[in-house]
Amino acid sequence: MSKLSVTKRGDFVKMCIWRGDASGGSFVDYKIPVSETQTVLDAVTWVQRNVEPGLSYRFACRVGMCGSCAMMVNGRPRWTCRTHVSKVIKNNQIRLEPLRNLPVIKDLVCDLSDFFAKWLKANGRFVPTATREHPVKKISPLSRQRQAANAAIECINCAVCYAACDAVEQYPNYLGPAALNRAWTLVNDVRDDGKRERLRAITADGGCQCCHSQHGCASHCPNELNPARSIAGLKQVAVTAIFKGEV
Amino acid sequence: MIRPHQKQPLWLAFAVHRMSGIGLALFLPAHFYILGTVMKDTRPLDTFLHWSELPLVRVAETGLVFLLAVHCFGGLRLLALEFLPWTPYQKTLAALAASLALFVAVSFLLNGI
Amino acid sequence: MPGLRLYLAQRISAMVMTPLVLTHLGVMIYAIRGGLGTTEILSRTQGSLLWGSLYGLFVITVSIHAAIGLRVIAYEWFKLSGLLLNLFAILVGLGLLALGGQAVYTVVLA
Repeated sequence: MSKLSVTKRGDFVKMCIWRGDASGGSFVDYKIPVSETQTVLDAVTWVQRNVEPGLSYRFACRVGMCGSCAMMVNGRPRWTCRTHVSKVIKNNQIRLEPLRNLPVIKDLVCDLSDFFAKWLKANGRFVPTATREHPVKKISPLSRQRQAANAAIECINCAVCYAACDAVEQYPNYLGPAALNRAWTLVNDVRDDGKRERLRAITADGGCQCCHSQHGCASHCPNELNPARSIAGLKQVAVTAIFKGEV
Repeated sequence: MIRPHQKQPLWLAFAVHRMSGIGLALFLPAHFYILGTVMKDTRPLDTFLHWSELPLVRVAETGLVFLLAVHCFGGLRLLALEFLPWTPYQKTLAALAASLALFVAVSFLLNGI
Repeated sequence: MPGLRLYLAQRISAMVMTPLVLTHLGVMIYAIRGGLGTTEILSRTQGSLLWGSLYGLFVITVSIHAAIGLRVIAYEWFKLSGLLLNLFAILVGLGLLALGGQAVYTVVLA
């Protein structure tokens, strides 16, 4: 351990980090020296550099843009690069686990394949109606549809909402808040041509009806998006489609 | 057992809705059964209704009224959330539903005294 | 898995039930004054087409609503699925319908 960790009481924090892989694992305690503006990601990096070079975790941008550093911090999913140790510390301790609802690869690293597969399954891909030869379509930023899309567009795919959602835990097929939130932005995109297939995806087994409106997604989204609101919008679309006989 | 990620008001609203729903689903068969026995003989229901004037039973009944009211008002919040234009005050609406339910239950309790 | 049509049936039954439940809550607060008695209840309901249809409609909608609600819980908490899950829901629905139907018959018609 670095000499920094043997400073006086209160200057370091106990970090219980889940270590293991798909076959199982357990918590290992580390003593981390704290500094004023230290983030949880900083602390994890300190462990890897000073104590445990084999510790696996993901990060890239460190400024809340890439969405790769999400973990369970004291039981809640958070983006660790923008979460200060001082904000989440409890009884001078922080407990770190890999994201909930996703298979573990090693230590704090999850396999996000399912998460992204569902993104595609929800038809979260923009289907263009025009080519570069066409003139740029004018869309009023004040239109109701564009505003609905804008409200949900700033997703960084960090999977925090997916880890916060109990419906994802209960229903293995459930597309989840992130994928449905993305679908909602495209439902409201007048340039998009994938609406029919998307409607099928959001109304099928594991579609928007699985949401229990618990708002775990909205209360944990680091970008303060509200996937629950988007899903409520999709439910209206789905119900309308039933009455129109489209699904 | 409430897990850390569930510690937020709207999860609690969900839990209240679910538990009240289960409570009502368990109570309803008994309620229907007792009403159904009036046909054969009015005594069982009268005995039951007489018994229901005991203070403790009245409090339990108030609890049932609360279950019905909170499931009804909480359910109205969910219907509004899903089928009306979005309102950002979901926590306030959940609080309103709970307060209205308490109001109804206490009205029932006090009117019965 | 909750299908979309069950989801919709759940919501529609809730919408139909809401005014009935609100009425029931109001009647309860009104009727509890001075205590409850069989004669008092029956004098209000016996032979009344209005109460008969209101309670009848309630029994039908609550059977649907509770059956779908408990089906979701049976799946989520007890991992029932497939035929067993549907049988459970149908049993709940029919059970409530039978008991409720008997209650309405007794209170209104008998």
